[in-house]
Amino acid sequence: MADLRVNGGSAAVATAPPRPTTSAKTGAPAKCDVQDLNFWYGSHQALKDVNMTIPERQVTALIGPSGCGKSTFLRSFNRMHDLYPGNRYEGAIILHPDDINIVDSATDPMIPRMRIGMVFQKPNPFPKSIYENVAAGLRIRGINRKSVVDERVELSLRQAALWDEVKDRLHNSAYDLSGGQQQRLCIARTLAPDPEVLLLDEPTSALDPIATSHIEELVDELKSKYTIVIVTHNMQQAARISQMTGFFHLGRLIEFSPTEEIFTNPKEKMTQDYITGRYG
Amino acid sequence: MSETAVVAGKHTVQSYDEELEELTGLIVQMGGVAEKQLADAVEALVERNVDLAQQVIDRDRTVDELEEQVDKKVIRLLATRQPVAIDLRMIAMGLKVSNDLERASDYAAGIAKRAIRLAEQPQLKPFVTIPAMAQICQQMLKDVLDAYVARDAEKAMQVWDRDVEVDAFYNSLFRELVTYMIEDPRRTQVCIDLMFCAKNLERIGDHSTNIAEKIHYMIHGEQINRQRATGKAED
Repeated sequence: MADLRVNGGSAAVATAPPRPTTSAKTGAPAKCDVQDLNFWYGSHQALKDVNMTIPERQVTALIGPSGCGKSTFLRSFNRMHDLYPGNRYEGAIILHPDDINIVDSATDPMIPRMRIGMVFQKPNPFPKSIYENVAAGLRIRGINRKSVVDERVELSLRQAALWDEVKDRLHNSAYDLSGGQQQRLCIARTLAPDPEVLLLDEPTSALDPIATSHIEELVDELKSKYTIVIVTHNMQQAARISQMTGFFHLGRLIEFSPTEEIFTNPKEKMTQDYITGRYG
Repeated sequence: MSETAVVAGKHTVQSYDEELEELTGLIVQMGGVAEKQLADAVEALVERNVDLAQQVIDRDRTVDELEEQVDKKVIRLLATRQPVAIDLRMIAMGLKVSNDLERASDYAAGIAKRAIRLAEQPQLKPFVTIPAMAQICQQMLKDVLDAYVARDAEKAMQVWDRDVEVDAFYNSLFRELVTYMIEDPRRTQVCIDLMFCAKNLERIGDHSTNIAEKIHYMIHGEQINRQRATGKAED
């Protein structure tokens, strides 16, 4: 396998600071602590001094105008930026409970990738059967015993609220499904290896309102088991499904507060201008 | 500069600002009518002018109609704009402010009704306390509406502080009228009518302070959390 580590390797935060026991703002235990995170695409700095405590088993929404850094931030959690040369991280994303720094160049990027799942804007099922799509993550991990795979596939499809719709055609192509079903299939595929954190990058922007409601309902259910971070352009969606909301602007985290506060009484004028439609 | 823009700048969608201004306009219009109702009701009472009192009673419907228009506008804004933050607070408080103005107007009409009955009776004594009390209420209502238009929480709080003066007047008048009733039970009916007029003024003062609290919340997103200098009016 190719070396996926960051070029340059300047992101050397070897010792993680002591773990805070809870997120000060929600009272929930912290799942990730982002500390002074900076990120560069070559010479362009896309993230600037981001600090954030992501609460465990809650939904954290990231909002902001295009190009504000929210997707860049999300993708840092599973080291997706390592796939391109010249990208560079500084600072830390501490993953609890074992306090590894995800963006440390000494951390094997496969570690966060095994523990953190991601779903993208457009449904991207593999050109395989429904069953094999969900099983894919298990097979990569060397799990091939039929009884185990069967069980995990069913459980994941049930968790993704898709089981009843596909149980009689598990071996049909994933492409036979509707867009909304394909997106839930991608969520099921992500859930199968039982990740700790679920990253959702605009998961409903290509879906109709009904399919969107299904995903939102799903996210609400999944938070009892998983820590979820979602990037969305739909502010009402952030208001509906998240407990914490972060507003990004020009690579900086402008405000990070309980969702209710952000949408009723934001502290920063810039946040208010953005969410009320006074921006730009 | 638009009124909304005073505290929050303009929306990218211009029609949104226009609709918010229409809402503010309706509330200002309601406030104007409520002020006139109060002024005329007290004048009718003091001058024993039955015609003017009847005009106040008839005009009460105008305020009710304006309140219905505010309700419709707010429901429409909530449904179509899905407002958040300062916009949400302004729209939701618009609904409550209009309710306070409607109540204040009702109390003015109540004074007008008593004024008609009192005009049929010999005058108890020259009016001193009620006009003085009414003047403060009038000024509070005017100031709080100005604060609403200017989105001026500081000015609203000055109105809030003045409510103690109204309460003090009411308490003193209450004791005075009780004394009259004990001295001459035949004047009880007149005294009770006057007592209700004073009570209505005191309630109008309360509605102005309610509006002041709503302006504070609208601007700052937090409820007022402090005690008044003195106690409440006697019930």
